[in-house]
Amino acid sequence: MSKIKMQTQAFNFYYGASQALNKIDIAIETNKVTALIGPSGCGKSTFLRSLNRMNDIIPGTRVEGQVLLEGQDIYNKQVDVVDLRRRVGMVFQQSNPFPKSIFDNVAYGLRINGEKNRSIIAERVEESLDGAALWDEVKDRLGDSAMELSGGQQQRLCIARALAVRPEVLLMDEPASALDPIATQKIEELIFQLKDRYTIVIVTHNMQQAARVSDYTAFFYLGELIEFGETDQLFTNPRLKRTEDYVTGRFG
Amino acid sequence: MERHFHEQLDTLRAKLLEMAMLAEESIALAVQAMVERENNKAQAVIDGDEAVNRLEVEIDERCLKLLALQQPMAVDLRFITSAMKINNDLERIADHAVNIATYTLALNGTDPLALAASLPRMADTVRAMVRESLHCFVTGNVEEARAVCARDDEVDVFDETLSRKLLSAMIKDPDAVTSAMQLTLISKNLERIADLATNIAEEVIFIYRATSIKHGQPFKDVRSR
Repeated sequence: MSKIKMQTQAFNFYYGASQALNKIDIAIETNKVTALIGPSGCGKSTFLRSLNRMNDIIPGTRVEGQVLLEGQDIYNKQVDVVDLRRRVGMVFQQSNPFPKSIFDNVAYGLRINGEKNRSIIAERVEESLDGAALWDEVKDRLGDSAMELSGGQQQRLCIARALAVRPEVLLMDEPASALDPIATQKIEELIFQLKDRYTIVIVTHNMQQAARVSDYTAFFYLGELIEFGETDQLFTNPRLKRTEDYVTGRFG
Repeated sequence: MERHFHEQLDTLRAKLLEMAMLAEESIALAVQAMVERENNKAQAVIDGDEAVNRLEVEIDERCLKLLALQQPMAVDLRFITSAMKINNDLERIADHAVNIATYTLALNGTDPLALAASLPRMADTVRAMVRESLHCFVTGNVEEARAVCARDDEVDVFDETLSRKLLSAMIKDPDAVTSAMQLTLISKNLERIADLATNIAEEVIFIYRATSIKHGQPFKDVRSR
């Protein structure tokens, strides 16, 4: 597997006539966590959603430039968008479990992809729940409704659901911002474990979280990528003054 | 956007400057005590050390609190961690001034030695280094910091030369041993103060340039601003 899992080249994004992202060049390294930070409206969530074409569902959007997954442009007309979203999974700020059992939530992706073998499904459900650090808490009640889980558990269930279809990349849009500190800590610990097997890109407005969990950090501002670097470098000695002003809270 | 946090950084800076002033005054008073053979002044230095020690504890507590509560980043983080080191250096500078005062008390009980006359000039250089290291801490003037580091050699030479002369004096005249020993120790303490002022200057370079020139590492400015 190559060192760079995903890459954007001169990537522009438009909501109608309004340009939200301007010439973004970024390389996402395999089996690392890349954090996207920046003030509200800087384009970081738009950029994240561009990595698996979730923005396609918004009418009037337009892209220029390239987004490569293992060297292949994901915006190419021949790309199967459903398969793209399997390979590049997404976890949202507000967890959104289906109103089904815990088991069925995780099995859903497998079943709609045509998997019928019960033991394979059961095995994959266990593997995914384990991978999301939720198995021990729910193994004796897989038939219970997912809606009965706590916020933190629901979020981990959503992660398990994404893992079930064996993605390569996990996109996380502020995955812990709706959670209490202990649940947040569990998600952060999980991210640390997951990066051994997956490539992770996380949007967070919590700079300390970006500092804690990520290997690389990208600072966005007004639709531009201002600075990109190793996280410890960016938070101890950023190259650019604008980055330093942001991470030290001199503008927010 | 000014924040309460920035006011706290300003207060921290002011406290360090206060401590520097006390340390520098201690050096001056201790050397005066030696030159004028004034026991009261020497005692005043010894008694004044408590104020410095209290400030050191206060500054350490402030730094720890800022780290825990504010999660500072980049230049603010470097400033606070360096402030803790500078705090430590200043407290030791004051301790060396107390040592000088203590040796002066012993010295004042013996016949004066002509060699003592070169010490005030050495002390002036050392005091200037302390003053300038704190000045560049405030102004962020990295060139000034480098100049302080460069002067350390001057003080080292001063100390070596004087120590050799004092050793010769002791060999020639055994009666001079007691005063020569005290003078040697005073010179060594001044030399240590110069080392500590150099440490402070190195910390200033770290704060403003994020580069460490400790232990002979070359200076390299990698920032693009």
